[in-house]
Amino acid sequence: MIRIEKRISNSQNLKSLAKFFSFVIGILISLFFLKFLGIGLIDLIKNIYYDAFGSIYSFTELLIKMVPLLICSIGVSFAFKMKLWNIGSEGQLYIGALASSLIAIYIPLNSHYLMIFLMFLAAFIAGGLWSGLAGFLKVKLNVNEIIVTLLMNYIAILIVDYLVYGPLKDPEGFNFPYSKKFTDIAKLSTFGDTRLHTGIVLAIFLLILYYILMEKSVWGYEVRVIGSNPNAARYAGININKNILIIMILSGGVSALAGFTEVSGVLHRLQHSISPGYGYTAIIIAWLSNQNSIGILFSSLFMALIFLAGDTLQLNYQIPISMVNAFQGILLFTLLTGDFFINHKITMKRRKNA
Amino acid sequence: MEKILELKEISKKFGNFQANKNISFDLYKGEILTILGENGAGKSTLMNIITGFYRSDDGEIYVNGKKVTLTSPKDAIKHGIGMVHQHFMLVKNLTVFENLLVALKDKRFIINKNRYANIFLNIFKKFNLNIDLDLPLWKLSIGEQQWIEIIKLLINDCQILILDEPTTLLTPQETEFLFKFLFELKKEGKSIIFISHKIKEVMEVSDRIVILKKGEVVSILNKEDFNENRISHLMVGTVLKNKYDKDVKPSDDLLLEISNLYAKNDKGLADLQDFNLVVRKSEILGIAGISGNGQKALAEVLTGLKDPYKGKISLNGIDITYGTARQKYIHGIAHIPEDRKAMGIAPDLTVEENLILKNFKDKELGGILLNRKNINRYANDLVEKFNIQYGVKNAPVRLLSGGNIQKVIIARELSENPTILVALYPTRGLDIGSQEFIHQTIIEHQKKGMSTIYISEDLDELFKISDRIAVIFRGKNMGYFEPDNVDKKTIGKMMGGIIKDD
Ligand SMILES: Nc1ncnc2c1ncn2[C@@H]1O[C@H](COP(=O)(O)OP(=O)(O)OP(=O)(O)O)[C@@H](O)[C@H]1O
Ligand SMILES: [Mg+2]
Repeated sequence: MIRIEKRISNSQNLKSLAKFFSFVIGILISLFFLKFLGIGLIDLIKNIYYDAFGSIYSFTELLIKMVPLLICSIGVSFAFKMKLWNIGSEGQLYIGALASSLIAIYIPLNSHYLMIFLMFLAAFIAGGLWSGLAGFLKVKLNVNEIIVTLLMNYIAILIVDYLVYGPLKDPEGFNFPYSKKFTDIAKLSTFGDTRLHTGIVLAIFLLILYYILMEKSVWGYEVRVIGSNPNAARYAGININKNILIIMILSGGVSALAGFTEVSGVLHRLQHSISPGYGYTAIIIAWLSNQNSIGILFSSLFMALIFLAGDTLQLNYQIPISMVNAFQGILLFTLLTGDFFINHKITMKRRKNA
Repeated sequence: MEKILELKEISKKFGNFQANKNISFDLYKGEILTILGENGAGKSTLMNIITGFYRSDDGEIYVNGKKVTLTSPKDAIKHGIGMVHQHFMLVKNLTVFENLLVALKDKRFIINKNRYANIFLNIFKKFNLNIDLDLPLWKLSIGEQQWIEIIKLLINDCQILILDEPTTLLTPQETEFLFKFLFELKKEGKSIIFISHKIKEVMEVSDRIVILKKGEVVSILNKEDFNENRISHLMVGTVLKNKYDKDVKPSDDLLLEISNLYAKNDKGLADLQDFNLVVRKSEILGIAGISGNGQKALAEVLTGLKDPYKGKISLNGIDITYGTARQKYIHGIAHIPEDRKAMGIAPDLTVEENLILKNFKDKELGGILLNRKNINRYANDLVEKFNIQYGVKNAPVRLLSGGNIQKVIIARELSENPTILVALYPTRGLDIGSQEFIHQTIIEHQKKGMSTIYISEDLDELFKISDRIAVIFRGKNMGYFEPDNVDKKTIGKMMGGIIKDD
């Protein structure tokens, strides 16, 4: 029988602090491993620092990685607020990317804004329908949304793969699994000389929208009541099934927008492996941040830094990608462990005494 | 007498809120000690400290004269201290056997089912309990679940048993049985700390009473000093009334008419059978009955959570058994549910957010965006009026004390001026001051024309507040009585199914 004293709201600062320390510990463990691989640590830290904060340009590179993470975690958070476990963000991102790309490739338009708007809309609708299906199955047949959204990730990724290896493959692309490159009309504009695209504006806008909807709106209140106790919600006359559908559509639609910003803002085409797992990481972000808007923002930035450090390791030190993934795993592990100990004060004390 | 437990200057803060302050008292061997106090006085908190769930900020605990540090419930069990919580901690999907096994302190690595089953059955036999070890827990009645909780302590050889409001959910018969059981344990030399809001039973079972107020001990009474008025005065500063002088009479107009109603329960068995009931305008109709005789189904049918399969309900002459008329009627109804944690609240939301659960669609409170200013004003009014003690500001409502959660629900339900209130055991777990306040509030609303269906098994309470009392037995209405023209004994017998007795 493990019962624990939950810490209460007023220790918010302590929580952030503890999260930060868990993060540092995770980094230290990773560095320890890297030391074994014969890498100069000071040198490495310098490199990562340089790659992330060394110049305006490098900082914008960090932000570029943050955009899809931020958008996906907002999408996931919508669902998590209602205790609907949408873990299909990755697949939804792919579907969004696909829908945007189809518009960019097949619809000849001259207006940049109209094109971008259509790509945006296509991504949102496609992603919304995609995960709405999981909501529909839950409402109609009481099928667990975790399983459905998870399995649909693979379907989405494989559909995109099939298309870029087959029908959508660029004939002049030297047989790479790439689609044709988009025309400039279908590309998001960038800030100055950097690669940072206007997708970041969309991401911030979505975050503000998320905050207002969840914390300020009557509808968000309904969602939170359902998340906290569906019986109480039913009793208060809140329509649960309707909200399951809305939330799943919204959650998938928003996640799919990350696919739109990736193809339109960064890759400028549809291709194999658009995302290194942004959608999966978003689940962690949504969870770590407790679906709190500011928390989502900072956690996304943190996670973006980890992705960026991964690039540095690969490029500068020829560390294989699997090693990079392992480090991400370590970080995750310390963060989760840290989180556990923050919330479960007594348990920690007990270990010490026993 | 031998001291088995000594508390010295125990203090505990949650954030800025002082839940326990410098609490000291002793517990003797073979004694039943009761902690009395208002909702939110800090009783459960203190018990949680003694059993290692919480750590006190200050103070010392001695067991058998030796100072101990309790950092977990396991620690407490090691020192022979165990607790039955206000909200049970059983695993509903496991069987009785498995639940007991999980709780067992020292078990061998390889489980010999028969061996343990025998140990458990022996204890059952000793106390005349008849419970099937292989039954999943959710099939047990609340009373039976309570026994399992207590037996969990006995198999671990606890010498100090703490029972946090064990009688709140029990029928009078079950309560009596429990007390016999406690006396038995006492004879064996075990010590018991008991918490309850029912002063009568407290006076019956306790050897001593410790009265807590706002986290501090205000007085410790010995058996010879027990006196109902004195106790209630010490506790809440008022003396209890035996009957309210109501200057309001129910009108002769019928409001709600239920005829030949049938409803099934979750297990598909008939819960209401040929049930008839008439409620008049601005009447408080008490429904007496032993829990489990169809009260829950009645409340659920009346509040729209369940549909009847036969029969008719009409309101002001309009058939509201099914369809949209039913929806409309349900909207004007207030409901105090039996299971407050499962139905009445959204536990992770704040007190404010829970208080608006019924009327958050009102224009002043929302529309599209929540109007935090108005919501706070509205909620503060209710918090003040119903004296809801919520400790830390903006804390989720699940951290409130049991009685205060109940107050949140009642405040919310009565705030909307409903036409009918269906109240299921509304004062369960409330301190006597709050009970009286709830009664007064219901009478207040009666003046404004509200009718109340007041379901309870506490006859004292029913006689105090009702204009008429109906008795429910096996899903049937056994008849109506006026509290002035009948005695509690007769009603008590009818609750047990005995109709005429001369
Ligand atoms: N974990 C916690 N965090 C914050 N506040 C708490 C916590 N536990 C209890 N409180 C607050 O401490 C006060 C005392 O609570 P406690 O549960 O001890 O009351 P109680 O005397 O058992 O009341 P009741 O008779 O209603 O059960 C309450 O105001 C409650 O809101
Ligand atoms: Mg309590």
